[in-house]
Amino acid sequence: MPDASHAFPHLPNLPGVGYKPQHFSDILSDASPVGWLEVHAENYMGDGGRPIAQLRVLAERFPISVHGVGLSIGGEGKLDPDHLARLKHLCDWLNPASFSEHLAWSTHDSHFLNDLLPLPYTSDTLARVADHIDEVQSTLGRQMLLENPSSYLAFAESTWSETDFLTEIVRRTGCGLLLDVNNVFVSATNLDYSPQGYIDAYPLDAVGEIHLGGHDEDEDDHGAPLLIDSHGREVVDPVWALLDHTLAKSGPKPLLVEWDTDVPEWSILADEARRAASALTRVLA
Amino acid sequence: MTNQTAFHSGLLNPALPIPEGLEDGRSQPAGRRYGVYRNNVTVSLREALAEGFPSLVGLIGRENFDHVARAYLRQSPPTSPLMMHYGAELPEFVASLEQLKHLPYLADVGRIDVAMRRSYHAADSSGIDVKELQVLDEATLLSTTFCFAPSMILLRSPWPIGSIWHYTMRGGDKPSGTAQDVVILRAEYDPEPFILGPGAGDVLHALQNGVAFGAALEASGDDFDLEPLLNLLMTNNAISHLKH
Repeated sequence: MPDASHAFPHLPNLPGVGYKPQHFSDILSDASPVGWLEVHAENYMGDGGRPIAQLRVLAERFPISVHGVGLSIGGEGKLDPDHLARLKHLCDWLNPASFSEHLAWSTHDSHFLNDLLPLPYTSDTLARVADHIDEVQSTLGRQMLLENPSSYLAFAESTWSETDFLTEIVRRTGCGLLLDVNNVFVSATNLDYSPQGYIDAYPLDAVGEIHLGGHDEDEDDHGAPLLIDSHGREVVDPVWALLDHTLAKSGPKPLLVEWDTDVPEWSILADEARRAASALTRVLA
Repeated sequence: MTNQTAFHSGLLNPALPIPEGLEDGRSQPAGRRYGVYRNNVTVSLREALAEGFPSLVGLIGRENFDHVARAYLRQSPPTSPLMMHYGAELPEFVASLEQLKHLPYLADVGRIDVAMRRSYHAADSSGIDVKELQVLDEATLLSTTFCFAPSMILLRSPWPIGSIWHYTMRGGDKPSGTAQDVVILRAEYDPEPFILGPGAGDVLHALQNGVAFGAALEASGDDFDLEPLLNLLMTNNAISHLKH
């Protein structure tokens, strides 16, 4: 196990990228302008082998964000104690600069569905999510960040707006937030509200990290635009504009470019990171 | 109210109606918006299986594999968020399919895919130095038991699964029709399947089960050749330590 005492305490206000193993040698030879890396927690829960060996090397050089995709914090059932223990093991040896998870569920009746599924925003779901976050933070012994979802539909029973729901979760649990501006753009388009209005109502003081990613375009039954959060292409211009709108209010934040399917060569990902770097430069100017 | 049981059931069973209480942003029924989640679940699990079973994809083609994967994932969705382990029972499922009965070796070749993934994520271990064996007197050597790297996996089949795997994944000679024992070894980080010579599977199986070296050799037939097996294990760091 590596010596975690050299770990980086915080994510820097620089561009980061979602780490893909095919970029390992590119990153070691010249990562600029990338200043930190994010990994999906579940890919590093094997017993050994190359994934963990690479992560040890990267963690010596870069602040690492551990991003969970399988905890099912929004699930109706209890958190999976085995999975929580695996997360604790990973966070204990790696001592990442950040740990984040999703406002979503993925496990039900012991089935893991490998997708981030939506939940209604009610006082009951709020209490349940807050309890789960308390359990995560006390088990890991660290603050976590909670990410807003990409929504394709809404629940008739919801009584809270997403921004009010997140604000109240932060107030009750002391967690931070991971603001995915692409998800905001996707949800706002799909559910017919203003993405800028969402940002204006969002508790930006709690943001510890911002995500950027690409999406695909489709249509619903009525011909209305239906955007799909695919992480398989460049970030579109309106999402970069929404980032500028956000940074102008929040000040600089760690910015992450996510690209998970049809992963491009390093130079294309580095170009996206450069675009994120210039957004940070503009806000400091 | 839309509970997660209702939302979940329809994801894996497209014959079920869209759950009540789901809307677009203007209070109209969600319709195909629910289908986005249905599609995401199916596609992500199917892609994970295709990535995990490259030799099965090669043997039956991607289109046929996708049909098998869809049926499997609806019957056996993952039970853990560790997708690296998903599909360990797919070979048994393949063996049960009537329409694939004419390819009786498929399940065992699929077991190589499963073993390659298991080996890839297995705990690291270093191999012993050959001197540790060379210094032993004969009596000690014969009573020694071997401990193996967690990444070593032995597969035994009535089909030429190693040759079929190599032919499918790397090209080369058409496989012939004899039984084969295959051992997956990981010298450092990349697992590789090796076809064992006559009798070597019996010896390795005995050694893996804690039988002492001398007794394990007795389990082999006349045509067993020890040297290639020992070379293979030593060069791939498969023997992690010896117990005298």
